Amino acid sequence: MKAEGSFAITVAGLTKCFGHMYALRQVDLAVKTGEFVTIFGPNGAGKTTLIRILSTLSKSSSGEVSILGSSPAKEPESIRRQIGVIGHNTFLYEELTAAENLKFYGKLYSVSNLGQRIEESLAEVGLSARAADRVRTFSRGMQQRLAIARAMLHDPSILLLDEPYTGLDQHAAHVLSEWLSRLRKESRTTLMVTHNIERGIELADRIVVLRNGEFVYDHLRKGVSAEDFKQIYNDLVEGKPGKHA
Amino acid sequence: MIFSMLVFSLMVAVIFNFSFPPGSEFIDDAAAGIIWMTFIFTSLLGMSRSFVREVDKGCMQGLLLAPIDRVDIYISKMLINLIFIIMVEVVVVPLFSVFFKINLFDSIGALSAVLLLSTLGFAIVGTLFSAIAVNTRTREVMLPILHFPVSIPLIICAVQATNAVMAGQAWSVIWPWLKIIIAFDLIFFLVGYLTFEYIVEDS
Ligand SMILES: Nc1ncnc2c1ncn2[C@@H]1O[C@H](COP(=O)(O)OP(=O)(O)OP(=O)(O)O)[C@@H](O)[C@H]1O
Ligand SMILES: [Mg+2]
Repeated sequence: MKAEGSFAITVAGLTKCFGHMYALRQVDLAVKTGEFVTIFGPNGAGKTTLIRILSTLSKSSSGEVSILGSSPAKEPESIRRQIGVIGHNTFLYEELTAAENLKFYGKLYSVSNLGQRIEESLAEVGLSARAADRVRTFSRGMQQRLAIARAMLHDPSILLLDEPYTGLDQHAAHVLSEWLSRLRKESRTTLMVTHNIERGIELADRIVVLRNGEFVYDHLRKGVSAEDFKQIYNDLVEGKPGKHA
Repeated sequence: MIFSMLVFSLMVAVIFNFSFPPGSEFIDDAAAGIIWMTFIFTSLLGMSRSFVREVDKGCMQGLLLAPIDRVDIYISKMLINLIFIIMVEVVVVPLFSVFFKINLFDSIGALSAVLLLSTLGFAIVGTLFSAIAVNTRTREVMLPILHFPVSIPLIICAVQATNAVMAGQAWSVIWPWLKIIIAFDLIFFLVGYLTFEYIVEDS
């Protein structure tokens, strides 16, 4: 385990099948502590499946997964305490207010100084004025902002973000990027899935592409411009097999 | 939720009040059955909703992501269902007592024990099955279909015990029924405790 000390996430030979359908085939991935990795890939590539397995929501069919030295199958609770997850759903209760939602989740995570923490998080996502309104009355983008605040509430050391930019307006997307880049400086590890190439590249240390349940590209971001990558990505997803980085 | 449960059981109570002429002898025999029928339908009404709110916006995933023991989710849901049904019973039982002109207050201790332990059994089974039913397409139908066959022993014991209490019978008559109810509660709590984690787990 100690040998993995510098890796926050390691995945080896990870396979996930739904019936006869393979969502992930023998995937390997190692993310260093403090690294920001962006995953791109077409619809149905298996990105969400990967995030769900890493966040202990789903079980792998075979292969090894280790998060901060713990295995999701054996010590899920210690992993859950240290990850912040944004998924396709917001996980928010529509009948509760923004502040109540955060309070509820904060209690589940035993967040200390919760009242102050809630105020800070709401301010961070620009929802302070709507703290006492029910989530039912929020627009999609506002709900997404609150989902982000929810995921960050317990100050997780690993962020697993599945399309966090969904529904955000230009300004909110910018705020999120700023926030993520600030968090990165505090040596948080981030694995982000997005379809937004500019946003995904801007923050990444490393870029990977998942296609058909396999990584077909894995490259340090340094020296790769958004334009270059768009070209590479298009070539990759248009399915020229055997093309590897 | 508690409100619609209350309205529903009050309606049933009032309807039965009108269907039997006051003082009819039939009431003595039927009262326990009527009371339990009311509570069973009321609790199914309430419990069928207990996980709906969780799945709608993926909140269940939010709960599953939290660093808590998953069985605690089951126990909390079960306790809140229990509390809701008990609250309805606290209002409706005195009403039945008035409508049917049965004096229930002499045996309030025994009656409370029977009500509490039987309702606990319903909450234990109902919460478990509503967690299963919420992921099926026919949620509302699925809960009663799963719930009824399993809880038949509980229903029989609850009705018999309540009958015995209302007839003013001795504790020695009530206790055997109560023992079965307690055994039912323990067994199904254990089943829920051991299986809930697998029920809520995604593929
Ligand atoms: N619960 C499930 N049951 C059966 N098949 C599933 C299930 N979840 C995902 N799949 C399949 O696994 C594959 C990968 O799905 P996944 O959701 O991981 O894709 P994705 O890369 O996140 O796509 P998107 O960009 O659309 O979000 C798809 O072919 C999908 O049909
Ligand atoms: Mg996805």
